[in-house]
Amino acid sequence: MNLTLKVWRQKDASSQGYLETIEAKDINQYMSFLEMLDVVNEHLIVEGKEPISFESDCREGICGACSCAINGKPHGGHKGTTTCQLHMRYFKDGDTIVIEPWRSRAFPVIKDLIVDRSAFDRIIQAGGYISVNTGGAHDANSIPVSKEIAETAMDAAACIGCGACVASCKNGSAMLFVAAKVSHLNLLPQGKPEKDYRVKNMVTQMDEEGFGNCTNIGSCAEVCPKEVDLKFIAKMNRDYGLAILKGESRHKPDTISIQAELSELPID
Amino acid sequence: MKLDAKIPSGPLELKWDKHRSDLKLIAPANKRKCDVIIVGTGLAGASAAASLGELGYNVKVFCFQDSPRRAHSVAAQGGINAAKNYQNDGDSIYRLFYDTIKGGDFRSREANVFRLAQLSLNIIDQCVAQGVPFARDYGGLLDNRSFGGAQVSRTFYARGQTGQQLLLGAYQSMMRQVAHGRVKLYPRTDMLDLVLINGHAKGIIVRDLITGEISSVAGDAVILATGGYSNVFFLSTNAKGCNVSAIYRAYKKGALFANPCFTQIHPTCIPVSGDYQSKLTLMSESLRNDGRIWVPKKPGDTRHPNDIPEDERDYFLERKYPSYGNLAPRDIASRAAKEVCDEERGVGPGGRGVYLDFSEAIKRLGKRKISERYGNLFEMYERITGENGYEQPMRIYPAPHYTMGGLWVDYNLMSNIPGLFVLGEANFSDHGANRLGASALMQGLADGYFIIPYTIGHYFATAKEPKSSVNNPEFKKAEKDVVNMIKKLLSVKGKRSAVSFHKELGRVMWDNVGMTRSRQSLETALKRVPEIRDEFWQNVIVSGVNETLNQDLENTIRIADFLEFAELLALDALEREESCGGHFRVEYQENGEAKRNDEQFAYVAAWEYQGIGNKPILHKEPLYYEYVQMATRSYKSMTDLL
Amino acid sequence: MSVIKNLYYSSVGKKYIMAISGLCLLTFVIGHSLGNLQVFMGKETINRYAHFLQSNKEILWLVRIFLFTMLVLHLWTSIRLWFENRAARPIGYFGNPTPMSSTFASRNMMFMGIVLGCFLVYHILHYTVQVSDINLIGKDFSGAEFQIKGQRDVYKMMINGFSHPLVSLFYILGVGGLCFHISHGAHSLFQSVGINSQYYHRILEKAATILAIILFIGYVSIPVSVLTGILK
Repeated sequence: MNLTLKVWRQKDASSQGYLETIEAKDINQYMSFLEMLDVVNEHLIVEGKEPISFESDCREGICGACSCAINGKPHGGHKGTTTCQLHMRYFKDGDTIVIEPWRSRAFPVIKDLIVDRSAFDRIIQAGGYISVNTGGAHDANSIPVSKEIAETAMDAAACIGCGACVASCKNGSAMLFVAAKVSHLNLLPQGKPEKDYRVKNMVTQMDEEGFGNCTNIGSCAEVCPKEVDLKFIAKMNRDYGLAILKGESRHKPDTISIQAELSELPID
Repeated sequence: MKLDAKIPSGPLELKWDKHRSDLKLIAPANKRKCDVIIVGTGLAGASAAASLGELGYNVKVFCFQDSPRRAHSVAAQGGINAAKNYQNDGDSIYRLFYDTIKGGDFRSREANVFRLAQLSLNIIDQCVAQGVPFARDYGGLLDNRSFGGAQVSRTFYARGQTGQQLLLGAYQSMMRQVAHGRVKLYPRTDMLDLVLINGHAKGIIVRDLITGEISSVAGDAVILATGGYSNVFFLSTNAKGCNVSAIYRAYKKGALFANPCFTQIHPTCIPVSGDYQSKLTLMSESLRNDGRIWVPKKPGDTRHPNDIPEDERDYFLERKYPSYGNLAPRDIASRAAKEVCDEERGVGPGGRGVYLDFSEAIKRLGKRKISERYGNLFEMYERITGENGYEQPMRIYPAPHYTMGGLWVDYNLMSNIPGLFVLGEANFSDHGANRLGASALMQGLADGYFIIPYTIGHYFATAKEPKSSVNNPEFKKAEKDVVNMIKKLLSVKGKRSAVSFHKELGRVMWDNVGMTRSRQSLETALKRVPEIRDEFWQNVIVSGVNETLNQDLENTIRIADFLEFAELLALDALEREESCGGHFRVEYQENGEAKRNDEQFAYVAAWEYQGIGNKPILHKEPLYYEYVQMATRSYKSMTDLL
Repeated sequence: MSVIKNLYYSSVGKKYIMAISGLCLLTFVIGHSLGNLQVFMGKETINRYAHFLQSNKEILWLVRIFLFTMLVLHLWTSIRLWFENRAARPIGYFGNPTPMSSTFASRNMMFMGIVLGCFLVYHILHYTVQVSDINLIGKDFSGAEFQIKGQRDVYKMMINGFSHPLVSLFYILGVGGLCFHISHGAHSLFQSVGINSQYYHRILEKAATILAIILFIGYVSIPVSVLTGILK
């Protein structure tokens, strides 16, 4: 089949972008969407033109690198599917496909379809972990975790950090991403001791990154390739509410690891 | 050069404990004066960064992805082994050790493998403490499953996403250290060279993938955790970005490359559908528990599978290996599939595929039961192929999956270059000629969490090398070499895209150095690879310039390295005149079974670079087995379903 | 103080403000509808109810001030959210596709809020402040004509107030906006304060829609009855 692509081209972060029309010829229905772009790119390269820059790595829907909005829908809008898993049989000869980068202030475009999602890393950095040093753990079975809790935590932990939730949200909100990590860790007994400041710190960081606010529409959960549920946002809201009611938590997150503190002391 | 593996003396069970006590320590105040460079943020890299950060070292971490969480460890599905014996089924450290060494066809070091089995216990504890949501039973305790037909249930899993969950655990711990200022993160950065000063690894040259800027990073030690090289076959289960460049550049700087020919093929992948194919997707091997594998008896039979009557189907695995049937070991099943496809009886577009049929299992157990067991896999299959696995047989074909070979390291995970440590799939250490299912995750984490934190300190405490600076002429020279290489690539301005060369290389490698190898096929490869490489340097076209985000250039640089490395892989395969593990030479078989040659080849083949096109020097590290007897893998009993 | 700071500045805090103030206003809307519906129980009933409200000035004003505060909070926060959300996504997708899984109500909370706001101003001027210039029938609701034995004849005021079709139409429009607003807001507020789960998410959504429909019918039945002559 032959397709007409309207692809967002943008030289770099500071340039103005535009939609360029590119013909995709002899596309086969067995190709994945990204393989279709590969084929288009090979033609562009051989013709001496600039290929379309887009992000992808594992191409099996787990790394979370691929990130374009297809006809306005992040990952193409099929249930539980990332762009790399989307196949061309969903399109027909003569279709026009609009391909754009994620749209959100917190995800500035770097080039063409590639955006900067480092804000997510900084949110994790703000509290998306359990403070346990290597080697200090006791036996894995010493804390039982009910199957239900473990399964729910896993539902949340399935998030691949692709950012489709932000991209689909008309407010550019990252609540689903943050809620997934907060819920994963706050649900488990191992994560409980740091529950309050985790949710406070992560929400604060999310706000600082310039993500929008949630208006409970649900587009995020709809496009989420791992089908992370909206209930996790409710869980985060609840944890946040309880955390701020308690006021300032007495134990602030340790900003210096114990070992590093030790090294401040004279040794000899 | 004499290879000293530095295996500690003493009884096997006490080697690691003794060694740990013998390793020199470094005072906390001095740790923060040590700069550690880590390349790669998969399980090995991220866990090492987290652990070293906690200890107080200054850590700099580099990855080419936009976020460290995307490293390809994320894609491991099955699980992670640990000899916890929670199921009371007789598992022990010794058993895990023995299974691993036997599964590796006796081409790995006893001491290393035993340590791996010991550390498997700590890994599970550590990961649970980090909040990895492993599967639990109704009593709230950890659940296990048996994997790859092991006789004990020792595999811990988090649905089909174990690799992802373990990686997130390590990544989160690392991000905690980033918050603490102990680890500094450099995403979207490619390592393009290793810098040695006075024979010690003292830094790397990197390219910023957004601006194209080439710069030097100085450190007191370099850790490479950059994964495997399956992408030398172009099509593999690896991610698009996986590459050999980091370890290959280190090899060119004098690090020895060990056992490059030990590559693993995974039998149950979704087959290639056309030339445009960019990668292969793995489906869990558990499918073979209930699916029957067959091809039509008649070559070139294009009928719909459901229209082919029972007596015209060849259930070739059941026919050839009656005692195992469809559960034949990975390499056996893979080769059998290749054979029937070579007879033009393969199915699907391109004829490279065999059927995996569930109709009988559905009749026997009901569709509901099958969907309970494999529902997500059927879904994945349908998403990719558009075919419903419940209604017609699935199509599968083997694909390159994991590479056991890698840079040579000693017991401390240090290469022959002092200060250069290699972790995870990038080193050769623990899997011998074949890796067991659910062991890759275990090795990556053992290296990063529990080995490197001890051994790197010993290096710092004993080497006492002066600090280096990026102003050192060695850095300037290396930078210049990298810049020149990029300039050269950009100036070819030929007619073929780099990807087309990669595909051509992949085809040559897959056909000649893939599942089955022969002297003739390897000699063909050794002739073809340099030809492709020569054409590449004369006829490649790279779009754009260096000073910008240029994915074509990134990729071309990696392909240039694959084009050199492929020769080394083929050469190693040619020199190893035996069949063992993932390395199958058609000349060395007995009744269709691999024939190992312990007398001549019980060694680690470590290659030393001698310049492009020159034959590298082979160094042999003999393997001694004091505690296990080298047995032949027999296919007579169920113990070998590993 | 940190509680208030967190509530005011953080994104989740703002959700709490919206939810709690919304809930207070919703409670009023329900109560107000129940009160108004007494019009169907006859002149004496509703007038007695009105007198009961009017005679407790202290409580009445307390409630009014409270509701007004809630309204201001709700409004002020929504304006801040609106600006922040627009800034968070400065460029949309080509052709402005409809956000996935959104409903008319969830997409247009702001628009319906504005319709409702305009109506509210008119409604208060109309019946509470009783500005005679805007009731389109030229009668002074605070005059003697609308008093019985020194007490206000609310019943008569309602009949007269709705007797002009334009006024009733505007009322219906305003209530329509209100009910659409409630159909999203009444379940959304549970999500915002964290009382939600996969299990009762759908139930809450349905309940909110049913509540909105009931309120709409309840409110609209009065002007319709007046115009059709059922209430005289």
